[in-house]
Amino acid sequence: MSAPVFIAGTGIISAIGNNTAENLASLEQEKAGMGEMRFLNSIHRQRLPVAEVKHSNSELAEMAEMPAHVSRTALLSAIAAKEALADAAIENFHELRTGFISANTVGGMDKTENFFPEFLSNHARGRLRSVVHHECGAVTELVADKLAIKNYVSTISTACSSSANSIFCGARLIKQNILDVVIAGGTDALAKFTLNGFNTLMILDNKYCQPFDENRRGLNLGEGAGYVVLVSEKVAAKLAKKPACTLSGYCNANDAYHQTASSPEGTGSFLAMKGAMQKSNIKPADISYINLHGTGTQNNDIAEGTAIKLLFEKDFPPMSSTKSFTGHTLGASGGVEAVFSVLSIQHGLIYPNLRFQTQMKELPFAPETKFSKGNQVNHVLSNSFGFGGNCSSLIFSKT
Amino acid sequence: MFIRSAASISPQASFSQLLAVPAAYTSNRLNCIEPDYAKILDPKLIRRMSHIIKMGVSAAMECLKEAGVENPDAIIAGTAYGCLADTESFLTKMVENKEELLTPTAFIQSTHNTVAAQIALMIKCHNYNNTFVHRGFSFENALLDAISLLQENEASTVLVGGVDEITNVSHEILSRFGLYKKDPVSNLEIFNSPSKGTIDGEGAAFFLLSKQASGKDYAKLDAVYTFFKPEGIDEVKMNIENFLLSQAINVSDIDLIIQGRNGDVRNDLIYSNIGQKLFPGKTIIDYKHLCGEYPTSSAFALWLAANILKTGKIPYQALENPKKILFYNHYQNIHHSLYLLSAC
Repeated sequence: MSAPVFIAGTGIISAIGNNTAENLASLEQEKAGMGEMRFLNSIHRQRLPVAEVKHSNSELAEMAEMPAHVSRTALLSAIAAKEALADAAIENFHELRTGFISANTVGGMDKTENFFPEFLSNHARGRLRSVVHHECGAVTELVADKLAIKNYVSTISTACSSSANSIFCGARLIKQNILDVVIAGGTDALAKFTLNGFNTLMILDNKYCQPFDENRRGLNLGEGAGYVVLVSEKVAAKLAKKPACTLSGYCNANDAYHQTASSPEGTGSFLAMKGAMQKSNIKPADISYINLHGTGTQNNDIAEGTAIKLLFEKDFPPMSSTKSFTGHTLGASGGVEAVFSVLSIQHGLIYPNLRFQTQMKELPFAPETKFSKGNQVNHVLSNSFGFGGNCSSLIFSKT
Repeated sequence: MFIRSAASISPQASFSQLLAVPAAYTSNRLNCIEPDYAKILDPKLIRRMSHIIKMGVSAAMECLKEAGVENPDAIIAGTAYGCLADTESFLTKMVENKEELLTPTAFIQSTHNTVAAQIALMIKCHNYNNTFVHRGFSFENALLDAISLLQENEASTVLVGGVDEITNVSHEILSRFGLYKKDPVSNLEIFNSPSKGTIDGEGAAFFLLSKQASGKDYAKLDAVYTFFKPEGIDEVKMNIENFLLSQAINVSDIDLIIQGRNGDVRNDLIYSNIGQKLFPGKTIIDYKHLCGEYPTSSAFALWLAANILKTGKIPYQALENPKKILFYNHYQNIHHSLYLLSAC
């Protein structure tokens, strides 16, 4: 099963831009996407900054060419997935065996949570239109229909590692010669449900987050969608624009320590990174850049950092958490960061870890603080770890 | 792939009970007959677990125990709705308390990967762990992922299951969509008085799959195939025919067909059409009168098929010792699935 899987296109929408080019520009200009909530209507507006996509649902609906009443999760997904597909520019797309694997964590919760107050007051009330797309899979299907993809449609939900797993699964379906093209990644819109959930865990930062900093205080929630177009060697060979990279390695492991907390030694993270490198058949020293999971919580960053310390020993590659730009986009984060990883290889980029001040005392390394281009980037390791101990790592390699 | 063990928690107490006297209900909602969880799980943990977690984790533990596997190479779950009770609990408190004074427990347990994660946590399994949440394909996607891990030699044992729960709220909301029969009905009679709507169901079923025969396997799972939103009955027929062709078998090779009729006239038309066209004269049985309709009911059907092949006995049928079973189900005419199983 050594058939390579190529990345033919990318699509993204996040707090730092509506497409790949805009995201790239914000990364280069070191422009973070956090701010005061504008579209999410929560009592925490003044206190908790979030990284919102800077458009109302009706504006997003226009971009997505979908009705404005559908879940924001689906609107974000459609915008990014359409961009990815257009970017790949596969001529005979509809003659190929195609798949859409999208991840999300709460489906149409942004609508359900608006239905609930009325429903609770009287169970015969509340517009059903608001809950018809509550299921995670329903959000995916809205977009699959939009893209006219029928051969394989699937949704994965493994908390914050969700979309790394959809990319992983998509690659396997191509390797097994079940599909020729898979649009894989994930989406999540901000929801009061999620914001309040993370708030009860006391892991939200009331300032802009500082991942991998000694004085980190927690994470900022973000929203968005990110997809890559995975294609087989045969499809890649016919593309006008030659793919710059492959997905060469991946691994899914479980921390099996606690439902929400990571083990202090980062067992799951260590196994995921190590497994992905084995799959790629590369050594730690071959990694050019690590796109960290780096949420900015005490727990994640020490667990992930400890695993990196153990695995890389002394050859620490440049690394950073782009969540310092986009916030933590949860089910979308693996997809969003996969797009950043592909761009890193395409353009030789290393991204800064914004607002970094003080090195963590437990770690012998610090993240990058400046944007740089023209680097020789051969292999990028992208980490996505989540609740339930679900840890996944992906490796993108230059062709 | 060999089904080394199978365990289920469903509205039926057990396979032997089901053969003797199937559990009868007069309702449009079938709830699981739950085991004494204290015999399966640590009582300290049970208190904190919601219904779906208890069902899922218990079925998984029973399955591992029966297979004699302590630590499978992968754990994969399929659930369409996820942890509804915990989701509703957190959502209700959030609305009632206007986003203040909330506690994290329900939120923590509301994530869709909770069942698979709890299994891993309980047995300290660091291996592959995934959760598929695609409506009527949730279990099928999990099953296909399990099969592909085995085929890739990435795993030699995979624990895979499907789980969904009913809550009062989910039943009420789905009833408002017109999914269920208006009046309480006898579950064992739903095919005799065709009307609109079906009966709500829930359950958990887990399987230990392996490429290697163990000598005590329930059955062999020869193939799993899904198709999405067929345009008409001809496309359904074509997909089933192609599936049989891909497995190099004829209709005459099949001893038993398990179909997914749910008692809703609109829904069941497809089965009568297909039955007449493709399977004239074949022995066909239903299963949703036993477990109700829900997006991962096909996991219950796989458990049923595995037990039929293991014991040679078929509920309500004189026919014994079937060798080949074809399973066909569709969920709301969107998600269609086919399984082919053989006796070992």
